[in-house]
Amino acid sequence: MPAGDATARARRLVATRRQFLLGGAAAGVGAVAAMGIDRAMRPAADAPVAQPLHGEETIPFHGVHQAGLDTEPQAHAVFLALDLLPEVDRDGLRRLMRILSDDASRLTRGLPPLADTEPELAVTPARLTVTFGFGPGLVSRVGGRAPEWLAPLPAFGIDRLRPEFSDGDLLLQVAADDQVTVAHAVRMLLKDARSFARLRWSQRGFRRAHGSERSGTTMRNLFGQVDGTSNPVPGTPEFERAVWSNEGWMAGGTGLVLRRIHMDLDGWDRLDRSGRDQALGRFQSNGAPLTSSSEGARAEFDEPDLAAKSAVGFPLIPAFSHVRRSRGEEVIFRRAYNYDESPVGAEVSDSGLLFVSLQADVAAQLVPIQRRLDELDLLNEWTTPVGSAVFAMPPGCEEGGFIGETLLV
Amino acid sequence: MSAALVPFGLLAMLAGCAVQDATDAATSASFSAEVVTVSDAWVKAGDAGMTGLFVVLDNGGDAEAMVVSAATDAASATELHETVADASGTMTMREVSGGFTIAANGQRVLEPGGDHLMLMGLTGPLSPGEEISVELRFSDGSMLEFSAPAKDFAGANENYEGEAEHSGGH
Repeated sequence: MPAGDATARARRLVATRRQFLLGGAAAGVGAVAAMGIDRAMRPAADAPVAQPLHGEETIPFHGVHQAGLDTEPQAHAVFLALDLLPEVDRDGLRRLMRILSDDASRLTRGLPPLADTEPELAVTPARLTVTFGFGPGLVSRVGGRAPEWLAPLPAFGIDRLRPEFSDGDLLLQVAADDQVTVAHAVRMLLKDARSFARLRWSQRGFRRAHGSERSGTTMRNLFGQVDGTSNPVPGTPEFERAVWSNEGWMAGGTGLVLRRIHMDLDGWDRLDRSGRDQALGRFQSNGAPLTSSSEGARAEFDEPDLAAKSAVGFPLIPAFSHVRRSRGEEVIFRRAYNYDESPVGAEVSDSGLLFVSLQADVAAQLVPIQRRLDELDLLNEWTTPVGSAVFAMPPGCEEGGFIGETLLV
Repeated sequence: MSAALVPFGLLAMLAGCAVQDATDAATSASFSAEVVTVSDAWVKAGDAGMTGLFVVLDNGGDAEAMVVSAATDAASATELHETVADASGTMTMREVSGGFTIAANGQRVLEPGGDHLMLMGLTGPLSPGEEISVELRFSDGSMLEFSAPAKDFAGANENYEGEAEHSGGH
């Protein structure tokens, strides 16, 4: 659309140039690295040039895949699940997804959407992404062919699921490195959705602030654990195979599972350091497997040696540990966020993890892992799944198109 | 619903689609419809009655352009409204006399609380996300067609001259 095209083009060129400098996988490389390269290539005489603000950084909305899936996770994310009003049909959904896609394409460039009453809040995109997912109800509403895995996960014994954190027809994942940006985008999108759907739940999560840590550092959850070490790397064949679907209207899309995992920090406090390491199978200090070293950042990426035994014959990585139980043939991509809400009652904290995993086939890739963890995982002592939702994330769209067009047109 | 439904993607193309009256064709170097571009058009969704339409008009020509009328199948009549202060200083809306001028190489923004197109008597409910087609006529007789999506909007409830006391808002 012709919305302030000059500005949009200028912003897009900045993003494109960074990607060029950094190669194909650059979408996942943060501002710090990009600026480092810029600095290195610039003659010293240029030094006084002002650093670009990271609030100006943009992630292109349009493309083969939706943004916000293989994007280096932003500091703040809000997940919103909407339930469609009964009268909304295919035509209504098409109108809804056109509006929301148009809003997203403008907001992610730092431009106000049409009818934005606070356009001043839209000018700092801060790597904003808006990502859409379809629940089973939406796909059946339009008579679409749903992927076989598009259904609630099987019930697990450890689950204590609450409806206010589970399921939904339409998912909006709104993420940026600036919380004001996220708040404004969420309000704009929900205003445009309210004629079509009601908000079912909203869950907000956070990671380290932008620039606090070197980009690409594996996150820590609020247990203090390094969380997400063995992730496939975006852009690699392993990632492509594990994440992107190639079936029908979902080709270029993926399956997203969001599990709200409450973490009993008060109980976890009672466990000493070695107990924590044993429960996980990794050192809390650096995330390295117990068969490696508890010191040094590189050790995080050492392969766990599941066969290794202690002098008295016990496995170094215990049979009950999370690492041993979760490891298998299956590959998933994790993109989790912490949550920390106001505690109720005698609790000192209400904290946990918004576990987010992406995989082309939820039933084949995630469910077997979940089954093993349900059967045995010492971490279950301190973790409780309280929410669960599964969404089909359709492919991306080009300029002028809209997310969901492969299903709705 | 008689409003034309046009995908968002066609907007840019439609914006450049100029139609001239044959009678004027020979006289002017460039018609207003050829040099004026529209962007960010949208209309406030509504079930019935009247509603406002907003758009940014850019005049790329070296002469002043003037929009003298507008029309859409979505409404029985479309008026050009402006914001003015009445005797008491209250801002009210009223139909412009003449039209909307757009200075040479200038811009005119039609927005809530300011100038706008007023759609009178919607011919059917205008639902969010629906697109209507609108035609602007310039003082030189040339015409410019564009489409505008309807958006769920809580504002643009201004009073109108002569009806402020009894309308109770709309």
